[in-house]
Amino acid sequence: MSILVYTESENGKLKKTAFEVASYAKGIAELMNTSVTAVSINASDVEELGNYGVDKILKVDNDKLSKFNADAYAEVLTQAAKKEESKVVVLSQSANAKYLAPILSVNLDAGYASNAVKLPIIEDNFTVERTAFTNKAFNQTSISTDVKVIGLSNNAYGLKENESSATVEDFTVELSDDNFGIQVESVDKNTDKVSIADAEVVVSAGRGMKGPDNWDMIEELADVLGAATACSKPVSDMGWRPHSEHVGQTGKPVAANLYIAIGISGAIQHLAGISASKNKVVINNDPEAPFFKAADYGVVGDAFEVVPQLIEKLKEFKANNS
Amino acid sequence: MKILVCISHVPDTTSKINFTDNDTKFDTSGVQFVINPNDEFGLTRAMWFKEKQGASVDVVTVGGKDTEPTIRKALAIGADTAIRVDTEALDGFQVAKELAKVAKDGEYDLVIAGRESIDYNGGMVPGMMAKMMNANFVNTCVSLDIDGDKATAVREIDGGKEKITTTFPLVIGGQKGLVEESDLKIPNMRGIMMARKKPLNVVEPVAADTHTKAEIFRKPAPKGDVKLVDADNLDKLIDLLHNEAKAI
Ligand SMILES: Cc1cc2nc3c(=O)[nH]c(=O)nc-3n(C[C@H](O)[C@H](O)[C@H](O)COP(=O)(O)OP(=O)(O)OC[C@H]3O[C@@H](n4cnc5c(N)ncnc54)[C@H](O)[C@@H]3O)c2cc1C
Ligand SMILES: Nc1ncnc2c1ncn2[C@@H]1O[C@H](COP(=O)(O)O)[C@@H](O)[C@H]1O
Repeated sequence: MSILVYTESENGKLKKTAFEVASYAKGIAELMNTSVTAVSINASDVEELGNYGVDKILKVDNDKLSKFNADAYAEVLTQAAKKEESKVVVLSQSANAKYLAPILSVNLDAGYASNAVKLPIIEDNFTVERTAFTNKAFNQTSISTDVKVIGLSNNAYGLKENESSATVEDFTVELSDDNFGIQVESVDKNTDKVSIADAEVVVSAGRGMKGPDNWDMIEELADVLGAATACSKPVSDMGWRPHSEHVGQTGKPVAANLYIAIGISGAIQHLAGISASKNKVVINNDPEAPFFKAADYGVVGDAFEVVPQLIEKLKEFKANNS
Repeated sequence: MKILVCISHVPDTTSKINFTDNDTKFDTSGVQFVINPNDEFGLTRAMWFKEKQGASVDVVTVGGKDTEPTIRKALAIGADTAIRVDTEALDGFQVAKELAKVAKDGEYDLVIAGRESIDYNGGMVPGMMAKMMNANFVNTCVSLDIDGDKATAVREIDGGKEKITTTFPLVIGGQKGLVEESDLKIPNMRGIMMARKKPLNVVEPVAADTHTKAEIFRKPAPKGDVKLVDADNLDKLIDLLHNEAKAI
């Protein structure tokens, strides 16, 4: 009956989202008076999950799973959920988790609610609040199946420490060739930069930057803040920046703690995708830019003057506060 | 190569989002409906396979009669045949069941769907459908090439990309990158005229059950006013971000 949670890792180390989904699973376990079982694949530092309410860790070590494979990973979680007789399975909304969750839900004949932002309500109907219309609204979604799969939006619940003494159990899974219909030939990952999905801070810039050559200061600002860089859609359409940086309704969603928008007007499609961010700062020379209506903090000014100054001042601040 | 493109009929990105019937239904009054942007990229890539590699391209939607203008537009862009499964789309599982049936019956090699629909943002139909059909599946697909019985795809991952090879039957969850924005086609007069003569087959649903139900909607609470900081007083901004927002 344990709540099952998929705790993701990278290069053998648990990701920050693993602790967030564990915290959330613990929240559900408290509502349902049960325990939390985590599944971790090829991670070595799993004991740390005990700080976030996990009671048992099913530790999978398998060379066949060294590269992410959605169908095979979904199979691991399916077998774990059956073994634990779990009624609720929790995942993050990383690109990998979003890839495997629909497969898992078919395997388990479970209803799947993606982009959840709150703990479920378990009285009467089991309902979960999730975002819809690209963050322009929220929706209470009820799940009627016996087993439920929930995808928790990044940064929606936060980390909640909860000391428990987690036991670690080796878990072996049966995988067949059918689980490996997809071969990953190569992975091209920028390891020295945080991704938009994982970032606490995102520095984003738009057409107001005039051209691709002016991105040095955007990158420098991101560097100082340990931030990911992002951009508006026209910037990626014109090839100034890679598509992977395009955020908004038709690009990537951003649910960061801090989103800094520079030279971005604040079109509805842009705002939709970033509105789940907690604090939004706009820097724009047009005080009428719609972004000022959506932001928490704003500076009316020329980016080419404001950003270099901001970089200097942040460097000073970081030097004094570290 | 038989290709099926799944089209979800969604409100235009500029639509005002409102709800009716005690906040249980999306208010469609005055709303313009379009082909889901992710599907439009997939459809355009499918047209490339048709032109360059002789593929056939059908489109399918699960929905009521009101979705017909949207699939007609897909015909005008160049799809050969449209299929409408005549039932209201209620949840991802039900829609995936209906689509999987159409894909199986039609013996399609490749099913192109979108990463997510921009209305309900489920992000689940293509993956569910792939599993139901026992097909291979690539999500967040930003590039797709076909060479005989092999497909090469690029998938976007958090912070990078992954190159994948696989075989058919294959389902993809596509997005921008499959083609560029500038490759998207606005249907011309001839396309629109031809689309009127192309078949739009209405098929009965298998009446799949649902797993979830969208109950009450609510809109985010209105935001407070922006705090403006003078451009020559950026220390103030840093102070606010540190002490008030606790974001740095
Ligand atoms: C179907 C559809 C989907 C879309 N999806 C997305 C999406 O997902 N994401 C997205 O971003 N957009 C999306 N768009 C595009 C969106 O409508 C806007 O066109 C786009 O967001 C504008 O980008 P921008 O703010 O960079 O450029 P602009 O609107 O040109 O704004 C540039 C801003 O920079 C400011 N500026 C100029 N010079 C300076 C300076 N020196 N210093 C400071 N500020 C300066 C200007 O005042 C202006 O506000 C979509 C559009 C459609 C039709
Ligand atoms: N009612 C529908 N009819 C046809 N295809 C759909 C429908 N709903 C979703 N899809 C397809 O599934 C993709 C993902 O949708 P979703 O899982 O709803 O976010 C869409 O981009 C479409 O390609």
